Amino acid sequence: MTIRRVLRLLPVVPSILLLLLFLVAPVAWSFYASFTNAALTGKAAQDPQWVGADNYARMFSDDSFPLSAWLTVVFVVASAVVGQNVLGLLIALLMTRSRKVVSSVVGTAVVAAWVLPEIVAAFAAYAYFNRDGALNQLAGIVGVDGVDWLYSFPLVAIILANTWRGTAFSMLVYRAALADVPRDISEAALMDGARGWQRLTFITLPLIRSSITTNLMLITLQTLAVFTLIWVMTAGGPANASTTLPVLAYQEAFKFGDIGYGTAVASVLILLGMVFGAVYVRLLRDRRP
Amino acid sequence: MKLAGMKQVAGKFAAIATAAAVLVAASSCSPTPDAAGNKTLKIVYQKTDAFTALDAVMQDAKKEFEAANAGVAVELQPIQANDDDYGTKLALAQRSADTAPDVFYEDTFKVRSDVDAGYLLKLDGYLEKWDDWSLFNEAAKAAGRADDGSIYAVPLGTDTRAIWYNKAVLQKAGISLPWQPKTWDDILTTARAVKASDPNVIAFNMYAGKGTGEGTVMQGFYELLYGTDSTLYDENAKKWVVGSQGFTDSLAFLKTLYDEKLAVSPAEALDANVWKKVFGEWFPQGKLAATVEGSYTPSFWQKGGAYEWAGYEQDMGVAMFPTRNGQEPGGVSMSGGWTLAVGAKSKNPDLAFKFLTTALNKKNALAYDINNSQIAVRTDVAAEADYLAANPFVKDVSDLVAVTHYRPATADYPKISTAVQVATESVITGKQSPEDAAAEYDATVRKLVGEDKVLEK
Repeated sequence: MTIRRVLRLLPVVPSILLLLLFLVAPVAWSFYASFTNAALTGKAAQDPQWVGADNYARMFSDDSFPLSAWLTVVFVVASAVVGQNVLGLLIALLMTRSRKVVSSVVGTAVVAAWVLPEIVAAFAAYAYFNRDGALNQLAGIVGVDGVDWLYSFPLVAIILANTWRGTAFSMLVYRAALADVPRDISEAALMDGARGWQRLTFITLPLIRSSITTNLMLITLQTLAVFTLIWVMTAGGPANASTTLPVLAYQEAFKFGDIGYGTAVASVLILLGMVFGAVYVRLLRDRRP
Repeated sequence: MKLAGMKQVAGKFAAIATAAAVLVAASSCSPTPDAAGNKTLKIVYQKTDAFTALDAVMQDAKKEFEAANAGVAVELQPIQANDDDYGTKLALAQRSADTAPDVFYEDTFKVRSDVDAGYLLKLDGYLEKWDDWSLFNEAAKAAGRADDGSIYAVPLGTDTRAIWYNKAVLQKAGISLPWQPKTWDDILTTARAVKASDPNVIAFNMYAGKGTGEGTVMQGFYELLYGTDSTLYDENAKKWVVGSQGFTDSLAFLKTLYDEKLAVSPAEALDANVWKKVFGEWFPQGKLAATVEGSYTPSFWQKGGAYEWAGYEQDMGVAMFPTRNGQEPGGVSMSGGWTLAVGAKSKNPDLAFKFLTTALNKKNALAYDINNSQIAVRTDVAAEADYLAANPFVKDVSDLVAVTHYRPATADYPKISTAVQVATESVITGKQSPEDAAAEYDATVRKLVGEDKVLEK
């Protein structure tokens, strides 16, 4: 019996090893490095010293960290929780009621942004929002003098771009969830005289609650990690106005060569992701109908 | 989308590609094939669409070296990146013996910190036996010297900074030529006159912000700071200067340029590729009156350069950047330059040094100095007629060596430089006043180097 159990485990061993090697090890290394003064150059590059919680202490005395943490939260809430999630649900709901042609055209358009590689989507967004870009050229046609979006409203531009890019995922999740809502329940509610919004809030949303939570968890974690989009559009500027935690971590570690501090920022990002994840997992477990 | 936009996008793509390459380089290790006693030398240097002069020299040196050393293969590994990303990529490669290069291109201001990091091989013993070493001028030799007094890198050339101006644009504004401002106010007066005569022209640009990186301080801020009576670092006390009036005044000058729209817009200034527009578009198209740039400027415009411009020899003029009130010595310039160094982890240090001497021999140094508009550091090259005739500005920019300054090449320097860039960015974007930005700079310096290494002035 025990031998069979061990044998049964054998096929999973390589994947566990790979997981340890490529997922756990880098995370563990990152945590370890965040307690040292490891650097790309200088004495600390040759012989990094254990500095305890110095990097974390610096983080909270440094103006750029609280700003980055705040920008990250704003970015995640605005572009993922509100933008992608609500827009995705809305489009999915409208698609269930629209004609097949309309829904497939809309679906294709939304999914197109999602299937683009991140770097290509980032360039498209950059080309759209930059001073000589498509948005301002369109504004010019109707006689409006455009602003320099990436300079004057960098976070807004990035939030819009990330919403545009990621909505398709939420839409697909919700389309699948809505298709599973039994028609007879809705019809029964209709017979009882429930209006459209009542059916939505009392019937549909509770029935797809677990899909909502799963979707929120996935897009939150995805958005927390967004780097390329921001780096291409604004590189975190101007004057740190769009420096989210991934951008800050990259800048500190690779542009300023301060690997210790950079990994400390990255570690906070990992913790933040774990907190979000834990909250969603709890919601999933407790509220499952 | 306009061409300018496309260029920015292309530039950003290069930055991303480098970031990706950096990550890949960090995670991969490529063992060098070492079969049957054949040896391979790995040479790492920078190459961009605008900078190919070094690549040409390396290709020649490879042929020369392989012909003279049977059984040794030279593997050239040019890195396509801007200066910042090149430095990052190089440092990452140097962290492991498997990826560390044998010979590499190294910025002078990084020599000391990279020596501290154990990346560079001490060259004293090799240089003693190299006859050509005596031909290098003494000031240039110091570029590769570390805190312990030993030499770790050999300079390829040096550079100076000056005001480059478009004669036609100034003439249109009624400025008499040749133009040589005596004070900061002269610069502002001329810039305002240019702006008044044609509001579409950028009157006097100086780089600022983190986008242009080290260029912000080398072709901009330090020309201002070193023309006041303060400095960045006190060489005698070996301490960093904080709280100086000169620092605040220099920021205030930048604020005036940007507030009065004499320079580019802050948004353009923060674009890492703004210098490409300066050389490639604005100067040749007569949209820019003047900017502070390096002695290598003609290399972009001469035949084979990235932005060939046949008219530059007639249209452009060069002037010394003045001290604040015209005080002695009347002008300011900054010098830096790049070196070749041998990796401390090289498995074939003797061969690596031999390659270095091939790449820097008279023939190759002459070709490099001419093609990249460098100021020669070998006295035999400096005396060559070909070198002196390379472009009409060689003498002007070489004369600036008399008033030039070198950056404090301590291991802390790269971080201090970033703090200065941040201060300029805060001021030109209106986020902070010059006083507040200077105060934040002081606080950052204290944090970076510690109380005992700062000096209140």
